[in-house]
Amino acid sequence: MEHTTEHHEHAGGGTKEIIKVTVILTVLTIVELILGFWMIDIPLDSQSLRLGIKGTIVILMMAKAFYIVAYFMHLKHELKNLIMTIVVPLALFIWFITAFLYDGNSFRNLRNTYDPHFKEQSTIKVEKKEHGTTEKHEAAPVKEHGGH
Amino acid sequence: MATTATATTTKLWGGGKSPFNVEYGKVMMWYFLMSDAFTFGAFLISYGTIRFSTNGWPDPNEVFRSFPFAPEGVHAPLVFVSIMTFILIISSVTMVLAVQAGHNMDKKRVVNNLIWTIIGGAAFLGCQAWEWNHLHHEGAWWGSNPFLNHDGTASSTNFTNYFFTITGFHGFHVFSGVIINIIMLIMTLADKFEQRGHYLMIEKAGLYWHFVDLVWVFVFTCFYLI
Repeated sequence: MEHTTEHHEHAGGGTKEIIKVTVILTVLTIVELILGFWMIDIPLDSQSLRLGIKGTIVILMMAKAFYIVAYFMHLKHELKNLIMTIVVPLALFIWFITAFLYDGNSFRNLRNTYDPHFKEQSTIKVEKKEHGTTEKHEAAPVKEHGGH
Repeated sequence: MATTATATTTKLWGGGKSPFNVEYGKVMMWYFLMSDAFTFGAFLISYGTIRFSTNGWPDPNEVFRSFPFAPEGVHAPLVFVSIMTFILIISSVTMVLAVQAGHNMDKKRVVNNLIWTIIGGAAFLGCQAWEWNHLHHEGAWWGSNPFLNHDGTASSTNFTNYFFTITGFHGFHVFSGVIINIIMLIMTLADKFEQRGHYLMIEKAGLYWHFVDLVWVFVFTCFYLI
Protein backbone atom coordinates (compact mmCIF):
# COMPACT_ATOMS: atom_id res chain seq x y z
CA MET A 1 0.00 0.00 0.00
CA GLU A 2 1.82 3.08 -1.09
CA HIS A 3 -0.97 5.57 -1.34
CA THR A 4 0.83 8.60 -0.05
CA THR A 5 -2.00 11.02 -0.58
CA GLU A 6 -1.34 14.26 1.15
CA HIS A 7 -4.37 14.28 3.34
CA HIS A 8 -5.45 11.24 5.20
CA GLU A 9 -5.63 12.01 8.86
CA HIS A 10 -8.46 14.47 9.00
CA ALA A 11 -9.91 14.33 12.45
CA GLY A 12 -13.32 12.76 12.63
CA GLY A 13 -15.26 11.37 9.72
CA GLY A 14 -15.79 7.88 11.06
CA THR A 15 -18.83 5.72 10.52
CA LYS A 16 -20.11 6.77 13.92
CA GLU A 17 -20.19 10.39 12.85
CA ILE A 18 -22.00 9.51 9.62
CA ILE A 19 -24.70 7.66 11.52
CA LYS A 20 -25.03 10.50 14.00
CA VAL A 21 -25.45 13.10 11.25
CA THR A 22 -27.92 10.87 9.39
CA VAL A 23 -30.05 10.62 12.52
CA ILE A 24 -29.86 14.37 13.09
CA LEU A 25 -30.89 15.13 9.49
CA THR A 26 -33.76 12.66 9.70
CA VAL A 27 -35.02 14.11 12.98
CA LEU A 28 -34.77 17.68 11.68
CA THR A 29 -36.71 16.73 8.55
CA ILE A 30 -39.40 15.01 10.59
CA VAL A 31 -39.76 18.06 12.84
CA GLU A 32 -40.05 20.23 9.72
CA LEU A 33 -42.77 17.97 8.38
CA ILE A 34 -44.65 18.00 11.70
CA LEU A 35 -44.58 21.80 11.62
CA GLY A 36 -45.73 21.69 8.00
CA PHE A 37 -48.67 19.42 8.83
CA TRP A 38 -49.54 21.59 11.80
CA MET A 39 -49.59 24.68 9.62
CA ILE A 40 -52.20 23.16 7.26
CA ASP A 41 -54.91 23.57 9.88
CA ILE A 42 -53.96 27.06 11.02
CA PRO A 43 -56.23 29.68 9.45
CA LEU A 44 -54.73 32.45 7.34
CA ASP A 45 -55.84 35.12 9.82
CA SER A 46 -53.48 34.03 12.58
CA GLN A 47 -50.61 35.54 10.68
CA SER A 48 -48.08 35.84 13.47
CA LEU A 49 -48.39 32.17 14.39
CA ARG A 50 -47.95 31.13 10.75
CA LEU A 51 -44.99 33.46 10.45
CA GLY A 52 -43.46 32.02 13.61
CA ILE A 53 -43.77 28.46 12.29
CA LYS A 54 -42.29 29.48 8.95
CA GLY A 55 -39.38 31.13 10.76
CA THR A 56 -38.80 27.97 12.77
CA ILE A 57 -38.82 25.90 9.60
CA VAL A 58 -36.21 28.22 8.06
CA ILE A 59 -33.99 27.87 11.14
CA LEU A 60 -34.29 24.06 10.93
CA MET A 61 -33.42 24.31 7.23
CA MET A 62 -30.25 26.25 8.06
CA ALA A 63 -29.35 23.59 10.64
CA LYS A 64 -29.77 20.85 8.04
CA ALA A 65 -27.63 22.82 5.59
CA PHE A 66 -24.94 23.19 8.26
CA TYR A 67 -24.82 19.45 8.97
CA ILE A 68 -24.66 18.53 5.29
CA VAL A 69 -21.87 20.99 4.52
CA ALA A 70 -19.91 20.48 7.74
CA TYR A 71 -19.98 16.70 7.96
CA PHE A 72 -21.09 15.16 4.67
CA MET A 73 -19.04 17.60 2.63
CA HIS A 74 -16.39 17.39 5.29
CA LEU A 75 -15.81 21.12 5.47
CA LYS A 76 -15.61 21.16 9.25
CA HIS A 77 -12.54 18.94 9.16
CA GLU A 78 -10.69 21.02 6.56
CA LEU A 79 -8.14 23.68 7.38
CA LYS A 80 -9.45 27.03 8.53
CA ASN A 81 -8.12 28.68 5.37
CA LEU A 82 -10.32 26.54 3.16
CA ILE A 83 -13.34 26.98 5.41
CA MET A 84 -12.97 30.75 5.30
CA THR A 85 -12.50 30.93 1.56
CA ILE A 86 -15.83 29.12 1.15
CA VAL A 87 -17.90 30.59 3.96
CA VAL A 88 -16.94 34.26 3.84
CA PRO A 89 -18.13 34.89 0.24
CA LEU A 90 -21.38 33.09 1.01
CA ALA A 91 -22.00 35.60 3.80
CA LEU A 92 -23.03 37.94 0.99
CA PHE A 93 -26.29 36.03 1.00
CA ILE A 94 -27.26 37.65 4.28
CA TRP A 95 -27.30 41.00 2.58
CA PHE A 96 -28.87 39.69 -0.64
CA ILE A 97 -31.78 38.08 1.15
CA THR A 98 -32.42 41.01 3.48
CA ALA A 99 -32.23 43.61 0.74
CA PHE A 100 -34.29 41.80 -1.87
CA LEU A 101 -37.05 40.60 0.42
CA TYR A 102 -37.30 44.06 1.97
CA ASP A 103 -37.54 45.50 -1.51
CA GLY A 104 -40.24 43.06 -2.55
CA ASN A 105 -42.24 43.81 0.54
CA SER A 106 -41.90 47.54 0.06
CA PHE A 107 -43.02 47.23 -3.57
CA ARG A 108 -46.16 45.40 -2.44
CA ASN A 109 -46.94 48.05 0.16
CA LEU A 110 -46.45 50.85 -2.34
CA ARG A 111 -48.74 49.21 -4.85
CA ASN A 112 -51.39 48.51 -2.24
CA THR A 113 -51.26 52.16 -1.24
CA TYR A 114 -51.06 53.87 -4.62
CA ASP A 115 -52.44 51.36 -7.14
CA PRO A 116 -56.16 50.76 -6.54
CA HIS A 117 -56.37 48.32 -9.44
CA PHE A 118 -53.68 46.08 -7.97
CA LYS A 119 -55.33 46.20 -4.58
CA GLU A 120 -58.76 45.43 -6.01
CA GLN A 121 -57.51 42.54 -8.14
CA SER A 122 -56.16 40.82 -5.10
CA THR A 123 -59.45 40.92 -3.23
CA ILE A 124 -61.69 39.43 -5.94
CA LYS A 125 -62.50 35.85 -5.11
CA VAL A 126 -62.67 33.41 -7.97
CA GLU A 127 -65.44 30.84 -8.05
CA LYS A 128 -64.09 27.42 -7.28
CA LYS A 129 -65.41 24.51 -9.25
CA GLU A 130 -66.02 21.80 -6.70
CA HIS A 131 -66.76 23.04 -3.24
CA GLY A 132 -66.81 26.80 -3.67
CA THR A 133 -70.18 27.53 -2.11
CA THR A 134 -69.57 30.48 0.13
CA GLU A 135 -67.60 32.70 -2.22
CA LYS A 136 -68.50 36.33 -2.02
CA HIS A 137 -68.03 38.66 -4.94
CA GLU A 138 -67.17 42.18 -4.01
CA ALA A 139 -66.58 44.08 -7.22
CA ALA A 140 -69.01 43.91 -10.10
CA PRO A 141 -67.00 42.73 -13.11
CA VAL A 142 -65.34 39.54 -11.97
CA LYS A 143 -62.63 38.56 -14.32
CA GLU A 144 -62.69 34.80 -14.29
CA HIS A 145 -59.25 34.26 -15.75
CA GLY A 146 -57.08 31.55 -14.37
CA GLY A 147 -59.45 29.78 -12.07
CA HIS A 148 -62.20 27.47 -13.14
CA MET B 1 3.24 15.06 -3.12
CA ALA B 2 6.02 16.23 -0.92
CA THR B 3 3.90 17.45 1.93
CA THR B 4 4.03 15.33 5.00
CA ALA B 5 1.50 17.72 6.37
CA THR B 6 -0.37 17.24 9.48
CA ALA B 7 -0.55 20.98 9.24
CA THR B 8 -0.20 22.60 12.58
CA THR B 9 -2.51 25.40 13.50
CA THR B 10 -0.14 28.31 13.78
CA LYS B 11 0.70 30.68 10.92
CA LEU B 12 -1.39 29.16 8.16
CA TRP B 13 -0.02 31.56 5.59
CA GLY B 14 3.52 31.43 6.96
CA GLY B 15 4.79 29.49 3.97
CA GLY B 16 6.49 26.17 3.83
CA LYS B 17 3.27 24.24 3.78
CA SER B 18 0.10 23.90 1.76
CA PRO B 19 -2.34 26.57 2.97
CA PHE B 20 -5.44 24.53 2.11
CA ASN B 21 -3.92 21.08 2.38
CA VAL B 22 -6.28 19.57 -0.20
CA GLU B 23 -5.57 18.71 -3.79
CA TYR B 24 -6.16 21.19 -6.56
CA GLY B 25 -9.20 19.45 -7.98
CA LYS B 26 -11.02 19.53 -4.70
CA VAL B 27 -10.44 23.24 -4.19
CA MET B 28 -11.74 23.84 -7.70
CA MET B 29 -14.80 21.69 -7.00
CA TRP B 30 -15.50 23.83 -3.95
CA TYR B 31 -15.20 27.00 -5.99
CA PHE B 32 -17.49 25.61 -8.65
CA LEU B 33 -20.04 24.66 -6.03
CA MET B 34 -19.81 28.14 -4.57
CA SER B 35 -20.63 29.66 -7.95
CA ASP B 36 -23.48 27.19 -8.30
CA ALA B 37 -24.72 28.19 -4.86
CA PHE B 38 -24.92 31.77 -6.07
CA THR B 39 -26.90 30.68 -9.11
CA PHE B 40 -29.43 28.79 -7.03
CA GLY B 41 -29.41 31.56 -4.48
CA ALA B 42 -30.26 34.09 -7.18
CA PHE B 43 -33.16 31.94 -8.33
CA LEU B 44 -34.55 31.44 -4.86
CA ILE B 45 -34.10 35.06 -3.81
CA SER B 46 -35.87 36.17 -6.98
CA TYR B 47 -38.71 33.80 -6.11
CA GLY B 48 -38.84 35.21 -2.60
CA THR B 49 -38.84 38.79 -3.82
CA ILE B 50 -41.74 38.18 -6.20
CA ARG B 51 -43.63 36.35 -3.52
CA PHE B 52 -43.12 39.19 -1.06
CA SER B 53 -44.32 41.72 -3.62
CA THR B 54 -47.57 39.83 -4.30
CA ASN B 55 -50.69 39.92 -2.15
CA GLY B 56 -51.70 36.28 -2.47
CA TRP B 57 -49.93 33.02 -3.17
CA PRO B 58 -51.17 29.46 -3.78
CA ASP B 59 -51.26 27.08 -0.84
CA PRO B 60 -48.61 24.37 -1.42
CA ASN B 61 -50.74 21.92 0.52
CA GLU B 62 -53.45 22.29 -2.10
CA VAL B 63 -51.12 22.17 -5.08
CA PHE B 64 -48.89 19.27 -4.04
CA ARG B 65 -51.50 16.97 -2.58
CA SER B 66 -51.28 13.82 -4.69
CA PHE B 67 -49.03 10.84 -5.02
CA PRO B 68 -48.66 7.97 -7.51
CA PHE B 69 -51.46 5.39 -7.74
CA ALA B 70 -53.62 7.54 -5.48
CA PRO B 71 -57.30 7.83 -6.38
CA GLU B 72 -58.46 11.01 -8.10
CA GLY B 73 -58.97 13.94 -5.78
CA VAL B 74 -56.94 12.52 -2.92
CA HIS B 75 -55.78 15.07 -0.37
CA ALA B 76 -52.40 14.02 0.99
CA PRO B 77 -50.21 17.10 1.28
CA LEU B 78 -46.48 16.75 2.00
CA VAL B 79 -46.54 12.95 1.71
CA PHE B 80 -44.94 12.51 -1.68
CA VAL B 81 -42.40 15.27 -1.25
CA SER B 82 -41.25 13.89 2.08
CA ILE B 83 -40.56 10.57 0.38
CA MET B 84 -38.49 12.43 -2.23
CA THR B 85 -36.61 14.25 0.53
CA PHE B 86 -35.75 11.08 2.36
CA ILE B 87 -34.65 9.39 -0.85
CA LEU B 88 -32.17 12.20 -1.43
CA ILE B 89 -30.92 12.21 2.18
CA ILE B 90 -30.35 8.45 2.11
CA SER B 91 -28.54 8.63 -1.23
CA SER B 92 -26.35 11.32 0.31
CA VAL B 93 -25.53 8.99 3.18
CA THR B 94 -24.56 6.16 0.85
CA MET B 95 -22.33 8.62 -1.00
CA VAL B 96 -20.50 9.50 2.22
CA LEU B 97 -20.07 5.80 2.85
CA ALA B 98 -18.62 5.40 -0.66
CA VAL B 99 -16.17 8.23 -0.01
CA GLN B 100 -15.20 6.68 3.29
CA ALA B 101 -14.71 3.27 1.69
CA GLY B 102 -12.50 5.00 -0.87
CA HIS B 103 -10.33 6.33 1.94
CA ASN B 104 -9.84 2.77 3.11
CA MET B 105 -9.14 1.55 -0.45
CA ASP B 106 -12.08 -0.81 -0.12
CA LYS B 107 -13.16 -1.25 -3.72
CA LYS B 108 -16.08 -3.56 -3.05
CA ARG B 109 -17.74 -1.17 -0.60
CA VAL B 110 -17.15 1.76 -2.94
CA VAL B 111 -18.94 -0.10 -5.71
CA ASN B 112 -21.83 -1.12 -3.47
CA ASN B 113 -22.41 2.33 -2.07
CA LEU B 114 -22.06 4.01 -5.45
CA ILE B 115 -24.71 1.69 -6.86
CA TRP B 116 -27.07 2.58 -4.01
CA THR B 117 -26.39 6.28 -4.58
CA ILE B 118 -27.17 5.93 -8.27
CA ILE B 119 -30.38 4.07 -7.48
CA GLY B 120 -31.38 6.81 -5.05
CA GLY B 121 -30.70 9.53 -7.61
CA ALA B 122 -32.65 7.69 -10.27
CA ALA B 123 -35.55 7.16 -7.86
CA PHE B 124 -35.60 10.86 -7.05
CA LEU B 125 -35.64 11.74 -10.74
CA GLY B 126 -38.48 9.30 -11.27
CA CYS B 127 -40.49 10.94 -8.49
CA GLN B 128 -39.87 14.35 -9.95
CA ALA B 129 -40.85 13.21 -13.42
CA TRP B 130 -44.09 11.83 -12.03
CA GLU B 131 -44.83 15.04 -10.16
CA TRP B 132 -44.15 17.26 -13.16
CA ASN B 133 -46.32 15.04 -15.31
CA HIS B 134 -49.11 15.13 -12.77
CA LEU B 135 -49.00 18.92 -12.44
CA HIS B 136 -48.88 19.27 -16.21
CA HIS B 137 -52.06 17.20 -16.50
CA GLU B 138 -53.70 19.54 -14.01
CA GLY B 139 -52.91 22.41 -16.34
CA ALA B 140 -49.79 23.77 -14.67
CA TRP B 141 -46.82 24.64 -16.81
CA TRP B 142 -44.62 27.61 -17.59
CA GLY B 143 -47.08 30.40 -18.32
CA SER B 144 -50.17 28.67 -17.02
CA ASN B 145 -51.36 28.37 -13.47
CA PRO B 146 -54.63 26.56 -12.69
CA PHE B 147 -54.33 27.06 -8.94
CA LEU B 148 -55.97 29.76 -6.87
CA ASN B 149 -54.35 31.74 -4.12
CA HIS B 150 -54.70 30.56 -0.56
CA ASP B 151 -57.49 33.08 0.09
CA GLY B 152 -59.42 32.12 -3.05
CA THR B 153 -58.30 35.01 -5.24
CA ALA B 154 -56.85 34.59 -8.71
CA SER B 155 -53.16 33.72 -8.81
CA SER B 156 -50.53 34.79 -11.31
CA THR B 157 -48.29 32.52 -13.36
CA ASN B 158 -45.30 33.51 -11.23
CA PHE B 159 -45.97 30.53 -9.01
CA THR B 160 -45.70 27.87 -11.71
CA ASN B 161 -42.92 29.69 -13.57
CA TYR B 162 -40.70 29.69 -10.51
CA PHE B 163 -41.66 26.20 -9.49
CA PHE B 164 -40.83 24.59 -12.83
CA THR B 165 -37.71 26.67 -13.41
CA ILE B 166 -36.14 26.03 -10.02
CA THR B 167 -37.13 22.38 -9.55
CA GLY B 168 -36.17 21.84 -13.18
CA PHE B 169 -32.74 23.36 -12.65
CA HIS B 170 -32.30 21.24 -9.55
CA GLY B 171 -33.52 18.13 -11.35
CA PHE B 172 -30.96 18.81 -14.06
CA HIS B 173 -28.27 18.88 -11.38
CA VAL B 174 -29.51 15.57 -10.00
CA PHE B 175 -29.38 14.15 -13.50
CA SER B 176 -25.78 15.33 -14.00
CA GLY B 177 -24.93 13.93 -10.57
CA VAL B 178 -26.29 10.52 -11.51
CA ILE B 179 -24.25 10.59 -14.75
CA ILE B 180 -21.12 11.58 -12.81
CA ASN B 181 -21.72 8.79 -10.31
CA ILE B 182 -22.19 6.26 -13.11
CA ILE B 183 -18.86 7.38 -14.58
CA MET B 184 -17.28 6.98 -11.14
CA LEU B 185 -18.74 3.49 -10.90
CA ILE B 186 -17.35 2.52 -14.28
CA MET B 187 -13.94 3.92 -13.38
CA THR B 188 -13.96 2.05 -10.08
CA LEU B 189 -14.92 -1.19 -11.75
CA ALA B 190 -12.14 -0.64 -14.30
CA ASP B 191 -9.66 -0.37 -11.39
CA LYS B 192 -8.69 3.15 -12.40
CA PHE B 193 -8.47 4.33 -8.80
CA GLU B 194 -6.59 1.26 -7.63
CA GLN B 195 -3.98 2.07 -10.27
CA ARG B 196 -3.82 5.69 -9.14
CA GLY B 197 -3.46 4.58 -5.56
CA HIS B 198 -6.24 6.81 -4.29
CA TYR B 199 -9.97 7.42 -4.60
CA LEU B 200 -9.87 11.22 -4.50
CA MET B 201 -12.06 11.42 -7.61
CA ILE B 202 -14.92 9.83 -5.65
CA GLU B 203 -14.57 12.59 -3.06
CA LYS B 204 -15.06 15.27 -5.68
CA ALA B 205 -18.08 13.50 -7.12
CA GLY B 206 -19.30 13.18 -3.54
CA LEU B 207 -19.00 16.92 -2.96
CA TYR B 208 -21.14 17.55 -6.00
CA TRP B 209 -23.72 15.01 -4.93
CA HIS B 210 -24.00 16.46 -1.42
CA PHE B 211 -24.43 19.89 -2.92
CA VAL B 212 -27.39 18.60 -4.91
CA ASP B 213 -28.88 17.30 -1.66
CA LEU B 214 -28.13 20.63 0.00
CA VAL B 215 -29.97 22.57 -2.68
CA TRP B 216 -32.96 20.27 -2.31
CA VAL B 217 -33.11 21.17 1.39
CA PHE B 218 -33.67 24.78 0.35
CA VAL B 219 -36.01 24.04 -2.56
CA PHE B 220 -38.09 21.68 -0.44
CA THR B 221 -38.48 24.30 2.29
CA CYS B 222 -39.17 27.24 0.01
CA PHE B 223 -41.73 25.58 -2.26
CA TYR B 224 -43.40 22.83 -0.28
CA LEU B 225 -43.26 23.80 3.39
CA ILE B 226 -43.44 27.56 3.65
